[in-house]
Amino acid sequence: MSSAQAVTVANFEAEVLQSTTPVLVDFWAEWCGPCRAVGPIVDEIASEYAGKIKVVKLNTDEEAAIAMKYGIMSIPTLNVFVGGQVVKTIVGAKPKPALLKELSEYL
Amino acid sequence: MSEIHNVVIVGSGPAGYTAAVYAARAQLNPIVYEGSITAGGALMNTTEVENFPGFPEGVMGPDLMDAMRKQAEKFGAKLITDDIVEMKLDGEIKVLTDGSGNTMKAKAVILATGSAYKEIGLTNEKRLSGRGVSWCATCDGFFFREKVVAIVGGGDSAMEEANFLTRFASKVVLIHRRDSLRASKIMADRAMANPKIEFLWNTEVIDVLGADQMTGLKLKNTVDGTESEQDFDGLFVAIGHVPRSELIVGQIDLDAEGYVKVQGRSSKTNLTGVFACGDLVDHTYRQAITAAGTGCEAALDAERFLSGH
Repeated sequence: MSSAQAVTVANFEAEVLQSTTPVLVDFWAEWCGPCRAVGPIVDEIASEYAGKIKVVKLNTDEEAAIAMKYGIMSIPTLNVFVGGQVVKTIVGAKPKPALLKELSEYL
Repeated sequence: MSEIHNVVIVGSGPAGYTAAVYAARAQLNPIVYEGSITAGGALMNTTEVENFPGFPEGVMGPDLMDAMRKQAEKFGAKLITDDIVEMKLDGEIKVLTDGSGNTMKAKAVILATGSAYKEIGLTNEKRLSGRGVSWCATCDGFFFREKVVAIVGGGDSAMEEANFLTRFASKVVLIHRRDSLRASKIMADRAMANPKIEFLWNTEVIDVLGADQMTGLKLKNTVDGTESEQDFDGLFVAIGHVPRSELIVGQIDLDAEGYVKVQGRSSKTNLTGVFACGDLVDHTYRQAITAAGTGCEAALDAERFLSGH
């Protein structure tokens, strides 16, 4: 069972912006309760939809510059990137069925 | 025919976990639906809890909930990290459906779904959510380093969050529609003594300003009705909670504000075998300890109901 990989400033360009498949980026931090709650759901989506959507996690505490670049002011925020552009933003932790519905066009 | 459980507890938090501890010790083999993202309840987004008896040095909200969870598990409660999405509560056998499509049958149900953050109810509040507007200071305070933020509310949560935000923000302006606070004296005094916190009394937020990102607030003085605009980088909403009773509307008697009505000094709802506790029933106190207390009552009521069944 795979789970979402961590991305950093070192591989964000390659893993997210240059990806040929849509990428779901989970902006999270250790101190954030709702992030810890939604984390396992994001992992499930990563393994269940492998091949269709790439799922990665970005620690906003350690990678503040990227979080700032994308205007993250609330976590968890889930951004979908297609062709290097943010095409969808989901703010706040949501149950899996609600997330899958919001992500349906990329799955 | 699938198994019929004694009792299913819907929701976690101090009420749900306490009900689980009591029901488990009564050998009822309770099932607890903790909630897929709400497990642990409101205390998961707080920092230090200073008023839960037994913790003279205080305890972190998430640690307290983790301890309650372990205690419930230790006595045999079965904890499921999923949501109940549908309930049929009127028959002798209650039927519950979870977010994964599983059906659960039970003779008794304890409702402990708690409460959700209240919104001011402004169109732009929703639109700029995640763009400056937040309901979780512990989650998002970090993104407002050296910024000027507003917080709206007058209770203990607002005071706690205002104090927390001063770790990051250069200035925190607490906006309250009256000229006195509902918060406990110790929390109010602490906020008032904090040099980074300013108070804006008798003031209501009537709009959130900003195109892609929040830039300020439109305010209204509640005494003389004058309107003004003020620049802010963020808005934290801490005006209280609303009971999470949307799943049971039409089945269980609720009051005008959506709280479950219980009978007298008990956790009994209008439906036989359905009990309610915690923030879901509580207009007045809404404390971790009172939620835990009513969770205990619900388990004892359920136990008595099942033994006479």
